[in-house]
Amino acid sequence: MKFDNFSEAIQHARTLFEDISFSYASNWKKQNSTRHIIGFLPIYIPREIIHSANMLPVGIFGAGDRIPVVHGDAYFQSYICHLPRTVIELAKSGHLNDFDGFIFPAICDVIRNLSGIFMLDNKQKFIRYLDYPQNFEGNVGGKFYRQELNRLSTDLEKLNGKKVITNELNHSISIYNEQRRLLKLLGDFRSEFPHKLSAVDYYLIQRTAHTMCVEDFNPYLENIFLLLDKLDVEPEDKIRVIISGSFCEQPPIGLIKTIENAGCYIVEDDLQLNLNWITKEIPTDTDDPIGALVDAYINHSIFSSTVYEGDKPKGDQLAEQVKDRKADGVVFCAPSFCDPALLDRPQLEKAMDKHHIRHFSFQYHENLGQFHVIKEQAGTFADTIKLWE
Amino acid sequence: MTIQKENSMLQQKQMLADHFIELTQVQETGKKVVYTFVPGNLTELIYAFDMLPVYPEINALQSGMRKQSGDYIREAEEYGFSEDVCSYVKCDVGMMLQGNIGPTGQKLPPPDLLLLSYTGCFVFMKWFENLKYLYPDAEIAMLHIPYQESGRIEPNAMQYIKDQLTTEVIPKFERVSGKKFDPDKLASKMMLSAQAEDLLVKVFDSAQNKPSPIDAYFGGVYYIGPIFTAFRGSQACVDYYQELHKEVEYRVANGLGPITPDGTLKEEKFRLVVEGPPNWTHFRNFWKIFYDMGAVFVASSYTKVGGLYDEGFRHSPEDALGSLAEYCLGCYTNRNLPQRVDMLDNWITKYQANGFLVNSIKSCNSFSAGQLVIMRELERRLEIPVGFIETDLVDPRYYSFSNIKNRLDSFFQMLEQRTLYTGITS
Ligand code: SF4
Ligand code: SF4
Repeated sequence: MKFDNFSEAIQHARTLFEDISFSYASNWKKQNSTRHIIGFLPIYIPREIIHSANMLPVGIFGAGDRIPVVHGDAYFQSYICHLPRTVIELAKSGHLNDFDGFIFPAICDVIRNLSGIFMLDNKQKFIRYLDYPQNFEGNVGGKFYRQELNRLSTDLEKLNGKKVITNELNHSISIYNEQRRLLKLLGDFRSEFPHKLSAVDYYLIQRTAHTMCVEDFNPYLENIFLLLDKLDVEPEDKIRVIISGSFCEQPPIGLIKTIENAGCYIVEDDLQLNLNWITKEIPTDTDDPIGALVDAYINHSIFSSTVYEGDKPKGDQLAEQVKDRKADGVVFCAPSFCDPALLDRPQLEKAMDKHHIRHFSFQYHENLGQFHVIKEQAGTFADTIKLWE
Repeated sequence: MTIQKENSMLQQKQMLADHFIELTQVQETGKKVVYTFVPGNLTELIYAFDMLPVYPEINALQSGMRKQSGDYIREAEEYGFSEDVCSYVKCDVGMMLQGNIGPTGQKLPPPDLLLLSYTGCFVFMKWFENLKYLYPDAEIAMLHIPYQESGRIEPNAMQYIKDQLTTEVIPKFERVSGKKFDPDKLASKMMLSAQAEDLLVKVFDSAQNKPSPIDAYFGGVYYIGPIFTAFRGSQACVDYYQELHKEVEYRVANGLGPITPDGTLKEEKFRLVVEGPPNWTHFRNFWKIFYDMGAVFVASSYTKVGGLYDEGFRHSPEDALGSLAEYCLGCYTNRNLPQRVDMLDNWITKYQANGFLVNSIKSCNSFSAGQLVIMRELERRLEIPVGFIETDLVDPRYYSFSNIKNRLDSFFQMLEQRTLYTGITS
């Protein structure tokens, strides 16, 4: 599919985003009987392995306000974040029927227990809670992770009989390397020209990477670059901010728009962190591609609230990002009741103070509909920074 | 809270007092202090290095019981913690910010080592990441325990833990304590642990009697369990459980119910199994609602967070590190949801419970996420009355007596009707 105009290309992304039935994935699956769909929850999974097993990895990031919660509240108390409710809702209302399995990455206790609920509710489907090492020594955590990935590929093979083999996995890695490269370029473009690529459009494009197959997505993104080149938009007098803390339950589109409309260009964020989790090109000419994926995770992954800090303070890493992106401040924007994001916040805020970086914070639900307060907060933040500058 | 004291309780009081005295004397004795968590605790290893454990969760719950947690939580929220996160963390941080005065009114020593046993709860990792900033001089050792996602212990998980023990934990213990690891010393502590574990299981199993001689929830957390975590691996711990077991046997032989703050429970009307931690800020008031109704908890999941021994696991001197790994992997909240449902199902049957109750804790995702599903699944499988209440661990703002009482009144009514109905039909 080729687009001649930017708004049509974005409309395509928006249509995919709004389609809670994942019909793109269902159509993809219909084309071949060995094709399977594997849904995954935030944040990171090694999609290369799924791809190499002839399966489509599809990101499930809740459904925001796009689905009424009928069953979900009977599964989760009011003091648990909102995302698992809409995930349950998607499942209960049949939108995930075409999925053959689900992977729940080890990021928090809610996702962990949600995997158990899926086990109880979907006995005939493949359910895997994927544990990642919090020990980053190659011969300790790396060894454990390698075995986890081996177990994962063996289990996937049982689903469709397709073995994950070396040269095919190398190929999958290379095509995802290309996706990472293109997405990095897009992130750099957005950071340099936030007036040309709004945060919402950037976000919608990123989301398509978690919906479309990589073979469709990479050309789509190349197409987007051509269209972006043609755009002629004047920059506005806005400050530049980084959004931190929204890596799992997603803020509503209206909220992202509100922040930018209130005078803050978003020049970096962690909304779709999976896409830039691996920070280096992974080798594609090895006899041991699983080892290459392990090495990438252990030695070349991004910092996150869900990963043990070790001796690289996350606050310093966030401050570096601020510097790299020439940002004026940080917006700590986390879902209510989100342990990883909210428990990181005190030290991150203190680190921003230490580095003389301005910041403000708020909490949201994925189905939030009112943005007045946030608009005021963001507007005041932008005005204060402009005044001080 | 005044409770008619048995010998074991006095013994426990003395052991805890001695422990806190030892902690206040570390400057003179030179003993090193390890802060760590109850689930997946490596108490034997800590004692094998002659170090002293401190459990921030236990400090937090005691602050809750002493009505100090509200202040501490406010302090932590002013420091930057959200209202939404685990109140144990905030209580601990607040206590530290206000001078780290422990349960005995004396200042607790800062940690020499933060042993981050990341077992069954994600918050543990975040908690100690925060403490690392508050105690910058302390060494930190991370022990990551993988989750039992497949419902069994995978060999690579065992190996991973053993690898971490030998490459991360033990070297840091050696560095901090200045002592070499002595496997024989660890083995001898493991042997004593196994003896205490046998006795602990017998004590909890005594709840199969009618009437039950123990309350496996309130009594479980008040005097049966705490000693276990803090002193496992010592002769004093074995002695304590021998005494406790003797007392329990006496109660069984004489048909006595459990001890409550108002004396021995006269009539056991309902036998319950409970899922979730208790509320600590109104512990007595909370307990009273149940014993006033003649309700006894015959099993509880919370008393298994520090380790599950019902199914036969014992710390073992053979392959001591492997045994520590197996112990950590087996803690209650490290089991997947289907396993948790099966376990509760088994307890309800084994202890002949009439009802199942969930005490859902507002700020504890590790327990709370999934509890509604657990409840429905048990109701479906066993057709027993189920009840649901909400409180918090140590945040007094979330204890509403009237709400809890209303919900429990309906639950007890349901239990009464069911008992009546069962009486008629049988
Ligand atoms: S929003 Fe936060 S607490 Fe909720 S599932 Fe995601 S990471 Fe976990
Ligand atoms: S979330 Fe629950 S299990 Fe985890 S530390 Fe807090 S009270 Fe303990």
